[in-house]
Amino acid sequence: MTETLLGQAAQWLDDGRQVALATVIETWGSAPQPVGSQLIVDQDGNFEGSVSGGCVEGDVVSAAMDVMDSGEPRVLAYGVADETAWQVGLACGGKIRIYVEPLGA
Amino acid sequence: MNRDLIDQVLSARDTRRAVATVTSIAGGVQRIVPRDAVAGDPLEEALSEGFRFDKSGVHALEGEEYFVHIHNPALKLVVVGAVHIAQSLIPMARAAGYDVMVIDPRGAFATGERFPDVTLHDEWPDEVLSEGDLDARTALVALTHDPKIDDPALRMALDSECFYIGALGSRRTQASRMERLKASGALQDALARIHGPIGLDIGARGAPEIAISIMAEMTRALRLGE
Repeated sequence: MTETLLGQAAQWLDDGRQVALATVIETWGSAPQPVGSQLIVDQDGNFEGSVSGGCVEGDVVSAAMDVMDSGEPRVLAYGVADETAWQVGLACGGKIRIYVEPLGA
Repeated sequence: MNRDLIDQVLSARDTRRAVATVTSIAGGVQRIVPRDAVAGDPLEEALSEGFRFDKSGVHALEGEEYFVHIHNPALKLVVVGAVHIAQSLIPMARAAGYDVMVIDPRGAFATGERFPDVTLHDEWPDEVLSEGDLDARTALVALTHDPKIDDPALRMALDSECFYIGALGSRRTQASRMERLKASGALQDALARIHGPIGLDIGARGAPEIAISIMAEMTRALRLGE
C-alpha cells in the first residue's frame, strides 16, 4: 500500500519526534499544489511533503517549528512574489492559505 | 490533530472507507465525519459535494470558517497481465498515489522478482476479484492479449463502478473483443466504457511510453470524467 504522509507523521510521533502538519486549505490562481496538499515537519526542521512548488516551504517549516513550540495552530497566507515579498512569495502568481497545526497529544 | 484523530483517518484509509476531517480554522477544533454519516450534518452540502468531487476546501458557516478535508479511499489500479508494459506502468501509478494489484494466472509472469512491492495474484481474475474490489476509486487495465484472462476481468469491470477500464490490443483485437463481450451478454452502452486500443494517442513506442499514454488516459478519466 502506498505510504501516506499522515502515516509517516504517525511513525515520527511513535519515534518520539515532535511533529507539525501544514495543509493547503485554499488556493487562488495558478497554485502549484492543490488544496489538501500537506507537509510534515519535525522539531529539527526535517520535512516531507510539499505545499507549493518549493517557493514557500522554507518559511512554512520555520512557522511549523514555532507552532510546535507554542502548541497553537496558525494560518499562513502567501501571495504573488513582488519586491516586498521577495523573501517569500509565489513566483507563479497564485495565492495560497496554509493551516499549520501541532500533531499528537 | 490529536493522535486519536490521526489513527481514525489512517484506519479509514486502510479499510477503504471515505471520511472527512472538519477543522474550525479560528478555534482549531476538529472532528471526523464518515461519508455515510453526512446526512444532517451542519456542513452536509459541503461534505457530500466534497466526497463526490474529491475536493477539499474552506466553507463558511454562521460567520465561522471550516476546512473540510476529504479523505477518499486511495486510488487503486488492478493490472490484469503481469507483462512488460505492467512493469513500466506500475511505478508510475504508484507515484501518482495508486495502490496496485497484479493478476496473472500464468505463474511464470507474476513473480515477486519481476514485480517487487506489489500485491501479486497468480489466479484467474474472477477468482481473485470480488464486487467490492472494483469501486469508484479503482481503474482496471487488461494487458494479457489473452481473451481467456482478459475477458472475465473486463466483464467484472463492466458490472462495477470503476472509473476507468482499459484493454490493450490493436483496433482489430479490440473489435473482436467487443463482439465476444457482446455475445456474452454485455450491453453496447456498457462496452463503450472500455478504452481500447488503450491509452491516449501520443504515438507511444515501447512499453514505457505506452505506460505514459495509459496513465494520461486514466488521469483524464479520473479528473475530467472523459
